[in-house]
Amino acid sequence: MKTSAVAAGPATGSGPVGNDRLFAAGEYAGYHNHLDAYGPLAAHLSGPGLIGELEVSGLTGRGGAAFPVWQKMAAVASSRTAGAVVVGNGAEGEPLSFKDNMLLQHAPHLVLDGLLAAAGAVRASRLYLYSQEPGLAPVRRALTERTDAGKVRLVPAPDTFVAGEASAVLNAIRTGTAVPVDRTQRLSETGLHGRPTLVHNVETLAHIGLIARFGAAWFRTAGTARDPGTRLISVSGDVPAATVLEVPGDVPVENVLRAAQADPDTLSAVLAGGYHGQWAAPSGARLSAAGPERQTIRPGAGVLFALGRQHCGLAATADVVNYLASQSARQCGPCRFGLPALADAWDQLAAGHGGPRLLRELQRLGLLTAGRGACHHPDGTVRMAASALEFFAEDVRLHLAGGCNRQEGTP
Amino acid sequence: MNGSSLHIDWTRCDGRGLCTELLPHLLVRDDWGYPLAADPSLEDKSNVPLAPDDGPAAAEAAALCPRLALAIVQRRD
Amino acid sequence: MNEALWAFGRASGAVSLGLFTLSVVLGILVRSGRPLLVLPRFSLVLVHRNIALLAVVFLGLHVGSLLLDPLAQLRAADVVVPFMGSFKPFWQGLGTLALDLAAAIAVTSLLRRRLGPRVFRTVHWATYALWPVAMAHAIGNGTDGTSTWFLGLALAASGAVAAAVLWRLSAGFIETARHRQESRV
Repeated sequence: MKTSAVAAGPATGSGPVGNDRLFAAGEYAGYHNHLDAYGPLAAHLSGPGLIGELEVSGLTGRGGAAFPVWQKMAAVASSRTAGAVVVGNGAEGEPLSFKDNMLLQHAPHLVLDGLLAAAGAVRASRLYLYSQEPGLAPVRRALTERTDAGKVRLVPAPDTFVAGEASAVLNAIRTGTAVPVDRTQRLSETGLHGRPTLVHNVETLAHIGLIARFGAAWFRTAGTARDPGTRLISVSGDVPAATVLEVPGDVPVENVLRAAQADPDTLSAVLAGGYHGQWAAPSGARLSAAGPERQTIRPGAGVLFALGRQHCGLAATADVVNYLASQSARQCGPCRFGLPALADAWDQLAAGHGGPRLLRELQRLGLLTAGRGACHHPDGTVRMAASALEFFAEDVRLHLAGGCNRQEGTP
Repeated sequence: MNGSSLHIDWTRCDGRGLCTELLPHLLVRDDWGYPLAADPSLEDKSNVPLAPDDGPAAAEAAALCPRLALAIVQRRD
Repeated sequence: MNEALWAFGRASGAVSLGLFTLSVVLGILVRSGRPLLVLPRFSLVLVHRNIALLAVVFLGLHVGSLLLDPLAQLRAADVVVPFMGSFKPFWQGLGTLALDLAAAIAVTSLLRRRLGPRVFRTVHWATYALWPVAMAHAIGNGTDGTSTWFLGLALAASGAVAAAVLWRLSAGFIETARHRQESRV
């Protein structure tokens, strides 16, 4: 399931060449292999100096939101309240995503380096790593292999979709319950226990761990100006085998599919970004954090799900909406009642029942659900569903008339 | 842009409807009784912008909400 | 003077009990989320709160006047510590208990924004204990507690509260319940 790793070799002082960066220390890399492959952290890139370097690097979050990393860090670093908190978020609640777990299994030291570097940059006194138990085990082992990460506390996450949401992460650390909480202030001002809090996806931390060694210019040797660096993609669905690939920024979708041994011509669509992402064509566009709408698809949480031509995109979407409805934390009315209603309507559409009024009902339910909740779970669901209505417009027309030209059922 | 907004804490809201009575031009009730921003173009329906004239009614809504689900917050950015 | 204090003490007690009865019924109506005739929901909440506060005021007058009245034999400690009184200690103690509950409910209600909705709601459940304790105190300790006219009023009040509580426990009580059928887990 793993991308072919570059065998560990002596540190050259300059960063990995090409796109194989995050797994360059080999499989299940221990501390020695890790240091052999990458060398030590650069002294001049630790502390607050790291933030300026991250700005030049153009690194954006790899957990889904793609927010400029330096900006989040600068906001926490400039807070007047003391005692900042840094959290590494490896809680991959997304069923289509498994790259964070892969990273924790094989490169826990790189993630820890990033966590420590980020903590140094914002002068954090509390460090946490949050993940489901399978992801914590390798980190626990890694902590025994080094002496500089004693402050890192491991916090287990439940296997739920919303467990990785930022406020749910902090709620889990504080109370053990991983459900979102209402927020009126930014985490950078008041987060965990009222302290300025920085939450980063573990892959983001891994990239920080490399930039803290090799700098922004090296980071930008992969990818393009608008989407620099590399990212991990979890590829699944109608591909020979689910796999994690490290790809450059701004990569054409069909290249990722071919690297996963899939033929884009056998596919009708991809779901990019995960269950809160968007449906798109299997070729023609590029996965990029920035760029014009027609030519680029947001990678989101680094997920690419392939849908074969023989499967019905509307049935697949209905399955996803049903799953997302079941994953509601059920705290907020519009999500708790709106998502199941949306799922019911999608079941009708997928089954070919309901006429033109169904389309209006789907849109109405979308307006009722999006933007009304303590977290963005309903928004993401509606966005994905809306992209399905747009991308599978032909199928929608057929279904509203009572037919379907594909096999129905889950891929 | 300055001004204030009515913030809805959805984890507390039970759709009792008092706020929709006090601010009928800003909030209506959805299929399940929860307050829905009357302006469909509003993206963030959890923070409903308030005009200066809305101040007293909004303050009353926040004070009377049986679930303490409402707060007046300053709009930022 | 003592006669006047005694009479006022009894009257204010009765008025307080009547207002608490009204407040319990209104509170249940408020919880249902429904308006009442021409009164919108927010008006009902205001009426409920004002009547409850008035009930507490009259409770204060009831206790205050009896403290000043030598015939009542009420000591300061008896106001907060139940069942230590010299005159009918059990029935009087119920009154003290009711006062303690009312004080807790009133304070948490006034400070609910600071204490949070969970503390407020938990203490507020005690209103279902406050009312029967107050009623028992009135019947057992009141000068006219067992007289026919008072028992008649008490029966009417109990009927109203019982009906409201039965309604509270019924299926369609919450106005929005029928809109929120949850068919899926």
